[in-house]
Amino acid sequence: MPAESDMTATPSRAAAALADVPREPGAPKPDPIVIADNITRTFGGLRAVSVDHLEIQRGVITALIGPNGAGKTTFFNLLTGFDEPDTGDWSFNGTSLNKVAPHKVARMGMVRTFQLTKVLSKLTVLENMRLGATGQRGEGFLAAPFRALWSGQESANTTRARELLARFKLDAKESDFAGSLSGGQRKLLEMARALMVSPELVMLDEPMAGVNPALKQSLLGHVKSLREDGMTVLFVEHDMDMVRDISDWVVVMAQGKVIAEGPPDSIMSDQRVIDAYLGAHHDTDITQLEDVLEAEGHQALEEDGDNRE
Amino acid sequence: MEILQGAFHDAISPFALSYVLAAIGLNIHFGYTGLLNFGQAGFVAVGAYAMAVGIASFDIPFVLALLLGILAAVILALILGIPTLKLRGDYLAIVTLAAAEVLRLIFSTSFKDYFHARDGVSGFTATFRSLNPYPDTMTSFATFSRNDLWVMTVGWILVALVCVYLWLLMRSPWGRVLRSIREDEEAVRSLGKNVYWYKMQALILGGVIGAFGGFIGALGLASVQPDSFNADFTFIAFTMLILGGAARILGPVVGAVLFWGALSAIGSLLVQLASGDNPIIPPSMMSTDQASNVRFMVVGLVLMLLMIYRPQGLFGDRKEIALDAR
Ligand SMILES: Nc1ncnc2c1ncn2[C@@H]1O[C@H](COP(=O)(O)OP(=O)(O)O)[C@@H](O)[C@H]1O
Ligand SMILES: [Mg+2]
Repeated sequence: MPAESDMTATPSRAAAALADVPREPGAPKPDPIVIADNITRTFGGLRAVSVDHLEIQRGVITALIGPNGAGKTTFFNLLTGFDEPDTGDWSFNGTSLNKVAPHKVARMGMVRTFQLTKVLSKLTVLENMRLGATGQRGEGFLAAPFRALWSGQESANTTRARELLARFKLDAKESDFAGSLSGGQRKLLEMARALMVSPELVMLDEPMAGVNPALKQSLLGHVKSLREDGMTVLFVEHDMDMVRDISDWVVVMAQGKVIAEGPPDSIMSDQRVIDAYLGAHHDTDITQLEDVLEAEGHQALEEDGDNRE
Repeated sequence: MEILQGAFHDAISPFALSYVLAAIGLNIHFGYTGLLNFGQAGFVAVGAYAMAVGIASFDIPFVLALLLGILAAVILALILGIPTLKLRGDYLAIVTLAAAEVLRLIFSTSFKDYFHARDGVSGFTATFRSLNPYPDTMTSFATFSRNDLWVMTVGWILVALVCVYLWLLMRSPWGRVLRSIREDEEAVRSLGKNVYWYKMQALILGGVIGAFGGFIGALGLASVQPDSFNADFTFIAFTMLILGGAARILGPVVGAVLFWGALSAIGSLLVQLASGDNPIIPPSMMSTDQASNVRFMVVGLVLMLLMIYRPQGLFGDRKEIALDAR
């Protein structure tokens, strides 16, 4: 595979499996963890999502990109049960998730974060993390009053929470209220908390928005290490450097549809993708997606997110 | 001195106890879980009626009657919760408010053989009173009758037990889930917790504690009357909760005691000021008969000031809960 040498700084075995996948929307993957079919969602007259077919490969990092309003967040909501599609069916590990409640989706190992961060600001950072642990005996009504029944599990969870917090450079903040964190730190906490659920697939909606550049670099390393641990990552991101750096595969959405798929390098220079980002004013001589974003002054970034620092 | 004695009497009386328990139940709903139950009076009422009618009309044993009252509260919670807890918070508020009124109307107009309309249910206290350990020779203590004393003893022990139990619950991971739901239920869902079921548990638990309030109130008055369970009941219980501080174990207890104490003290003070040959408050402004209504106005004013200057209640933690949270 000649493409691999410059594709990823850290070559991944799992990514190699994608080498023969055709670079077209809806391409079948050798080992898909998620398969979505004919998913549509309309708001009033607006067709926010209309995905004919999409497969997400297991064990790799897939980036979902697209201009604002492309339907990425809505698609996340649909896949994880937080919103219901008008039509469509989708499965996770071969189990259909149609009409499955969001908490059940999470328990099955498909955990998402939110574009508008949802940390529990009146809980401490450590309590936020502990909340993420699954299968807690102390969360049962009958066992809850008897500390002896759950304290062992709680301290094991605490140890794990502290390890994760250290990775995300939040360990010094563990006893602060989450509400006192900056926007970027909240993003980090939400990501760390999602990992407390021990997911098989973690879906991050703009995880790096508002995170300071120095920390971003080390986080990229952590996301890659998730892949080494066998986790599958699907993330929405606008920062093309980051997409290029860590993703094995890129899916591009525009106006609700998947318009392109492929490894990062081929996507960045794909004319359909550039067109989608440029929209109408298409007279400039631009050959890379990064040029587009630069030319637009990262306008997309500014409009979209919340919680910027 | 007399004023203080009266205030003390009212603050710890069986009547106040039923409010204390109702407010503790509301604290679980509103304070910890963020559920807006505007029909706590309904839970108190079904508890009281189920126990009273069970004994008076069907002659079932006292303990069984208590269990029946608890069961009634659980069923009411399920009926109210199943259709509403998946929807936005306001639905629960509307449905509970309406349900409590409907229940009150049923108790005051229907099944007269059992509920006896406005006369209320009586004749259910025999077993409870026969258990009274205070000596027969003691007809009264301080300002309380022997019966009152017995009800209060049981009632305050019950309050203490409930508070300890809640303290244990709320410091557990279960309590953590409730507090998280209060803040952002979507986040809790995304972490794999069944939010609907936790809300249901909270609604049931708070409702059952409300029913305990119904038991104590009924045993204290030796009768159960429909109009004691009007919407005012719920709002006074809310007032106490907010006065003492929501999401604090002792908040509703302190709030209820202070509320009745202050209400009684202000009432007697107003009566004193308005009576005598040369009253400080002239009869043209307020007669002694009006004092009992005016005292509610004064308490209302105090509450308004409290909300403005201390919205987390007297003992609440502003960081953890404020009414304008969000
Ligand atoms: N709850 C909603 N009600 C109405 N329109 C919505 C709603 N959520 C999203 N939309 C619309 O759907 C489109 C896709 O939005 P979104 O999924 O947030 O895009 P992205 O995450 O790719 O920026 C947008 O046009 C947005 O305005
Ligand atoms: Mg979005």
